[in-house]
Amino acid sequence: MKSFTYERVHTPAEAAAAAARMPGSKFLAGGTNLLDLMKLQIETPVHLIDIGKLELNKIEHTLTGGLRIGALLSNTDLAADLSVRRDYQILARALLAGASGQLRNKATTAGNLLQRTRCPYFYDTNQPCNKRVPGSGCAAITGFSRQLAVIGSSNACIATHPSDMAVAMMALDAVIETINPKGKVRLIPIADFYRLPGKTPHIETVLEKNELITSVVLPPPSGGMHFYHKVRDRSSYAFALVSVGAILHKDGSGQIAVGGVAAKPWRNKSIEKVVPLGAKAFTEKLFAKARPTQENAFKIQLVERALEGILKEGRS
Amino acid sequence: MKFDKPAGKNPTDQMKVIGKPLDRIDGPLKTTGTAKYAYEYNEPNKGHAYGYIVGAAIGKGRIDSINQYAAKRAPGVLAIVTYENAGPLQKGMFYVDRLLAGPEIDHYHQAVAVIVAETFEQARSAAALLKVNYTRLKGSFDFKALKDSSITPKRGAYGPAPQSEVGNFKGAFDTADVKLDQTYTTPDQSHAMMEPHATIARWDGDKLTCWCSIQQLNWGVRDLANVLGIPKENVRLISRFIGGGFGGKGTVLSDIVAASLGARAAGRPVKIALQRPLIFNNTTHRPATIQRIRIGTKKDGTITAIGHESWSGNLPGGMSESATAPTSSLYAGANRMLHLRQAVLDLGEGNAMRAPGEASGMMALEIAMDEMAEKLKMDPVAFRILNDTQVDPAENKRRFSTRLLAKCLSEGAEKFNWNRRPDSVGTMKEGKWLIGMGVASAVRGAPITKSAARVRLNKDGIVTVETDMTDLGTGSYTIIGQTAAEMMGVGIEKVIVKIGDSSFPESSGSGGQWGAASSTSGVYAACIKLREAVARSLGFDPEKTEFSDGKVHSGSRSFVLRAAVKTEEIVAEDEMTYGELSKQYAQDTFGAHFVEVGVNVYTCEIRVRRMLAVCHAGRILNPKSARSQVIGAMTMGVGAALMEDLVVDKNRGFFVNHDLAGYEVPVHADIPYQEVIMLDDVDPTMSPMKAKGIGELGLVGVAAAIANAVYNATGVRVREYPITIDKLLGKIKIDA
Ligand SMILES: Cc1cc2nc3c(=O)[nH]c(=O)nc-3n(C[C@H](O)[C@H](O)[C@H](O)COP(=O)(O)OP(=O)(O)OC[C@H]3O[C@@H](n4cnc5c(N)ncnc54)[C@H](O)[C@@H]3O)c2cc1C
Ligand code: SF4
Repeated sequence: MKSFTYERVHTPAEAAAAAARMPGSKFLAGGTNLLDLMKLQIETPVHLIDIGKLELNKIEHTLTGGLRIGALLSNTDLAADLSVRRDYQILARALLAGASGQLRNKATTAGNLLQRTRCPYFYDTNQPCNKRVPGSGCAAITGFSRQLAVIGSSNACIATHPSDMAVAMMALDAVIETINPKGKVRLIPIADFYRLPGKTPHIETVLEKNELITSVVLPPPSGGMHFYHKVRDRSSYAFALVSVGAILHKDGSGQIAVGGVAAKPWRNKSIEKVVPLGAKAFTEKLFAKARPTQENAFKIQLVERALEGILKEGRS
Repeated sequence: MKFDKPAGKNPTDQMKVIGKPLDRIDGPLKTTGTAKYAYEYNEPNKGHAYGYIVGAAIGKGRIDSINQYAAKRAPGVLAIVTYENAGPLQKGMFYVDRLLAGPEIDHYHQAVAVIVAETFEQARSAAALLKVNYTRLKGSFDFKALKDSSITPKRGAYGPAPQSEVGNFKGAFDTADVKLDQTYTTPDQSHAMMEPHATIARWDGDKLTCWCSIQQLNWGVRDLANVLGIPKENVRLISRFIGGGFGGKGTVLSDIVAASLGARAAGRPVKIALQRPLIFNNTTHRPATIQRIRIGTKKDGTITAIGHESWSGNLPGGMSESATAPTSSLYAGANRMLHLRQAVLDLGEGNAMRAPGEASGMMALEIAMDEMAEKLKMDPVAFRILNDTQVDPAENKRRFSTRLLAKCLSEGAEKFNWNRRPDSVGTMKEGKWLIGMGVASAVRGAPITKSAARVRLNKDGIVTVETDMTDLGTGSYTIIGQTAAEMMGVGIEKVIVKIGDSSFPESSGSGGQWGAASSTSGVYAACIKLREAVARSLGFDPEKTEFSDGKVHSGSRSFVLRAAVKTEEIVAEDEMTYGELSKQYAQDTFGAHFVEVGVNVYTCEIRVRRMLAVCHAGRILNPKSARSQVIGAMTMGVGAALMEDLVVDKNRGFFVNHDLAGYEVPVHADIPYQEVIMLDDVDPTMSPMKAKGIGELGLVGVAAAIANAVYNATGVRVREYPITIDKLLGKIKIDA
């Protein structure tokens, strides 16, 4: 860990302004990802802005019947919220499939969206990694890639985004609300929020420097049956090999997002009309442009089969 | 005391304290967080500094230069030790790895430097400033590709003969009615114990004391003295509690060497705990194997030929994973062949991990037995029982001291409702789950070795035991206390157990499943001496004196125990040593594992639903701690079957998934109801305690039983561990 300075802020505007004042600073929310990465010197902020005391830990109903989730609400509280459990079950299920009880108590909505990849080479500072040190190369492409991306990857990086929550948010068409140091508020649909690696895998989202996430807004409940199937080698406390979040509607249509396959939760709305044709047809279309490695090609079939199980359950 | 005739009736047969499922006497310390582990001895080490080890950044090569400029000037830094200033270092006698690299680098994360600083954070942050320039050399990392370069290794200190043949294996196999010839692989595995390797080292003049986490303190003293080139008498090791070891803390590793060198350089006590991501490559692991098994039988299932070959890799001179060990004596058969071969690899050192040899070997052999039973259209339990033997098939006249393998299998089958197992694979379904059952035998040697202890009886009637035995969470404290209590005729509350200090009489230490039987036998020997001293003090004939209920009886007279203590205390010390009984008898522990799994027909996720182990392991000294050992081992077997895999990056030369996020071991949700049955038995050929070990037996065979259950559920035979989703996925039809 490198030495850093620390301050605690009290309003969102103050947070963004503090960030603008101190180049090389980072927001500290639950710290469950950032502090781990700092200990390994993968993240080396010179200044931490503790946003933990901001009043962004509430859930409110929006005027249009949706839900506004505070950026600092804990994953535990979000999963336990009555409206979430009733109207957005996919989100509650995804949250509870992630990490452990202790971690979810600390982890926050915004921190969860912004957690970084679990590529093992990203974590080992002796290894080349374009995401950690731009231009240093990618050890994973010729190395151990079983966990890594099968689609949307580039020759620079094949890492995945590890969040479960974000997969559910993607299926729900969530919108991320931010504020910048000038006080400007921005609404970013989650589909536009994450960037694919391309030549710059170290840039992971469209957030600008010093832009603070204040909340995540869910549209009004869409009804339907909600599923979140996370598949992994052990039963709990592991990141997904793949995860399938699905909301299935009576008319046969569906909203389907997939985790563990790309640098962002993977969804293609334009093909959701083929859901009634079955898992195979849908998965083939969803992964038409896939470029898996030999070690992780099985993920595509795994998504198909997980989805088939979900569709079967949905029909019965 | 020398043990050279089978034990007759003796005080341990009272079973008033021994054999009772007592809570562990160190339990309250553990549950209140007050049991002190190596890293926590701050009191005797006031003013200590912190060490942080820098691991090699390459898999194989050489250090060209080390630039210490920035690191030396970093805040709080007191000393930096590298090969350039460490002085000459030798190797220990158990591990072959050099514990400080330089100028050659033998494997990834081999210790290159230790940074000593005022605080842990300062040491860690200075470590990142050390600039080490390397020349990379081409290393050997791809074990499968190197298989053909393997050679037959020299016989190791603990393994079986690397090559042996009984009868004419090839002839018998070629002419057998039914044959199997299959190859299986097991991956590298890591011990992944909770407590990282840790040491606080303190020099007082030329005397060195280390609070450390080492299973065999006698080896530790020997090896640390060797490595540092100092007399053994100057080394004292203290390991009062060990947070798991599984063979990975046998003796001296980099933490204790670095702490000792760092403390010398800084002139202050130094503490080091290996950072978790370093442990997997820096320390030892269970080596991967490729195993070829050939079994030939008559039409009725009688084995006529059995051959087991195993390949593994290691650093030059490292021990081989003796996977063929169980095949030497588990099943009958007149013609037998075993062969180990070893390749040279530039990865961290392969060494002992819980049931070394047997665990890996049985992962393969017991799938082969399942495959063979299927070819023969026999029930796998019946096939195993048919080929049971009461004499060591490799040495025909040598009988097993006790062997109830067949009973383990048949009793287990009944308890597990084995008769509900579907004969044809893939036919039992519950909703989206395919259900299957599997069985495997278990065998593990029952080595026993010399062990000494001292016992003190004081004026209050308190018995204190001192021996340098260790407790890895296994329950040594408690069974040692039970032994002394039984021998002296008192309750366990009258006994104080002091272990884990090399200044106490030298014990067996904990390893190879020998600790429980050996260390309690040493306590037995010392207690016999104490009983004699007590009897004499009371004017009794030692031969005619009995100890029970806190009293000493002879004829019609009796005294309370403490009455024997005339001055301060009575002290007795002795060592148990062994004659030829272990040559006369084949001494092993046996068991059977039964497992039921469910496999999700869509995603091929495997969930273990039920587990049963039946164990035959001599007298069970404490059924509660023995059960804990077995269920812990069964849990480790689930890991071996379904997830544990230390993945080698063959280009860059290291174990990639080197932390507990990447190296998965089972979590609670993976473990179902586990049942353990101990067959009631004693083995008088072992020692007066009539006990054997059980901690390793519980692991052996578990993974194969799971593999066999997965086959029974799905019809997919996976011969490459671990059995993960990707290996089933393309092969299970959803409408199956
Ligand atoms: C052992 C372990 C297992 C885990 N398993 C899972 C799992 O199975 N599934 C899963 O989804 N996750 C898992 N996680 C990840 C966990 O969900 C994340 O660590 C957590 O959600 C991060 O939230 P935080 O509040 O602690 O973020 P922090 O660590 O505080 O921050 C993370 C990042 O977000 C930035 N940030 C935080 N808040 C804001 C804001 N309001 N605006 C702008 N930037 C912000 C920070 O600057 C930092 O860069 C696991 C983590 C661990 C340690
Ligand atoms: S896949 Fe991405 S994160 Fe992993 S090593 Fe390559 S560049 Fe780094």
